[in-house]
Amino acid sequence: MENPALRSRIMKDRLFAGGVFLMSMVTISPIVLIIYKLVSKGYRQINFDFFSKKAPDTYEAMVAVNSGEVIPGGILNGITGTLFMVLIASLMAIPIGLLIGIFLYDQKTKRYAGLVRDIVDILQGVPSIVLGLIAYFWVVKNITNGFSALAGSTALAIMMLPLIIRSTEETLKMIPDSIREAGFALGVPYHKILLRVLIPSGFSGLATGILLAISRIIGETAPLMLTALGSMEVNFNMTKPTSAVPLLIWDFYNDPNMVDLIWSSSLFLMMVVLLLNLVSKQLIAKRS
Amino acid sequence: MKAILFLASVVVILITAGMVYSLMSGAIPVFKEFGLKFIVSSEWNPTEGREAYGALPFITGTLLTSLIAIILCFPLAFSTSLFIGEYYRGTKMASLTGTMVDMLAGIPSIVYGLWGFYVLRPLIVELGWSAQGFSIFTAGVVLAIMIIPYATSITTEIIKMVSNDLKEAAYSLGATRREVIFSVIVPNARSGIFTSYILAFGRALGETMAVTMLIGNSNIIPKGIFDSGNTMASVIANQFGEADGLKLSALVAIALLLFVITGIINGIGKLIIKKYSV
Repeated sequence: MENPALRSRIMKDRLFAGGVFLMSMVTISPIVLIIYKLVSKGYRQINFDFFSKKAPDTYEAMVAVNSGEVIPGGILNGITGTLFMVLIASLMAIPIGLLIGIFLYDQKTKRYAGLVRDIVDILQGVPSIVLGLIAYFWVVKNITNGFSALAGSTALAIMMLPLIIRSTEETLKMIPDSIREAGFALGVPYHKILLRVLIPSGFSGLATGILLAISRIIGETAPLMLTALGSMEVNFNMTKPTSAVPLLIWDFYNDPNMVDLIWSSSLFLMMVVLLLNLVSKQLIAKRS
Repeated sequence: MKAILFLASVVVILITAGMVYSLMSGAIPVFKEFGLKFIVSSEWNPTEGREAYGALPFITGTLLTSLIAIILCFPLAFSTSLFIGEYYRGTKMASLTGTMVDMLAGIPSIVYGLWGFYVLRPLIVELGWSAQGFSIFTAGVVLAIMIIPYATSITTEIIKMVSNDLKEAAYSLGATRREVIFSVIVPNARSGIFTSYILAFGRALGETMAVTMLIGNSNIIPKGIFDSGNTMASVIANQFGEADGLKLSALVAIALLLFVITGIINGIGKLIIKKYSV
């Protein structure tokens, strides 16, 4: 170890390793800090009312804040709105997404499939706010003549579509060709091979893709501001303005009396997203 | 069955073509009025009678915030990729770190905005960098955190793909780990790493909520990174509510520009991936 050149190389190596370790710790610190902030400020507000009552009005909130009490009410209108819009979006995006995914798998090498694949990639890269604007022109302006759940769902559905298409194609690609060929050899018609062989054997993969797509859209705020607008009531009418959990967070943030509610709502929203991710990870683990 | 599948594929083409059509036809009035000046002018004045719309402040804001994000993201994400894919590869430590980084991708944009507003912004005021804490820089820092998971996951995969033979050959010649990283792993994974940052950059360009809450929303070209500003996405979000007529058209034109810019950035990324994987 008397060689100074060697010594300096080893020193550099150690310094670099230390730097990598340090930087990695810095990278994971935000998630810890964010979760800590949400839990420590939000847990007090989460109780039965939080899930069963709709958002309070400003006055109720102000009275409670002034007397030092927990703000009454909850986010029921947001939860129902989110569920409602995600459901409609899923009904629109899942069937078409699965079909296109199957199409791309089926036509693997064809030129036209390559074009479709490129277009799906473009669609996936479109910022969500642009999709919101599009849904505003298509649905708010032309179909429902006003802000509506349907418009919000349309924006969310266009967001989900490329995610589902890609995951479907990837899942089907992983199923051995021999299974499909065995079906053909037995003379099974093509649609039966799809429905009875390919989709069942790729089921967990398809489900994972769908869950991940839902977890990606459930926290979206910007496109909903331009389409669903928000509402203080529980609403299940497709043609009426509807709230959603992220929209409520935005409303609370902008209202000084209700600002305390942002933490519990954010905590809830983040938990739902993480839970969806966890479940889909479990599905992946089970499959392999 | 084949016909149904084909029809479904037409749907996605129609949606995309319809989007381009809607954006273009919505943007026509403003381009008719101002022509290409819309892109290079920095004046944004919605006052009736003196209306003037120029997108330059927002284009500048978008590029600046995304650039800050990518510069801050690089050392963090690259180190983390080495941590997961090389130094602690296959250990519990690596998978835990990987999970935590993935969790960052699951946090909704608006929650990042809240965290930036209540935690990061006071810190920046404290440091005296900006009086209110609303700035291009504040938005850039939060964007950096938001894109870390995207940059990290692809880079990690690419680093893991570098063949062991090459690395072992270098070790057997007496190279240190740092030397293996910089003379074997990085040259081999170069284009993949580059692509992952391009795609992360593409994500940063379109982020809306967190940026809107932190950038200060002023419609002028920022003089420095601690100045307030606006991005293309954030101006759509916070001016849309009161927009109609020419102003709405201007916002649509900005959306069209954003669509084109993100399309080009993602296209470049995909092209490199294609070239790389062949």
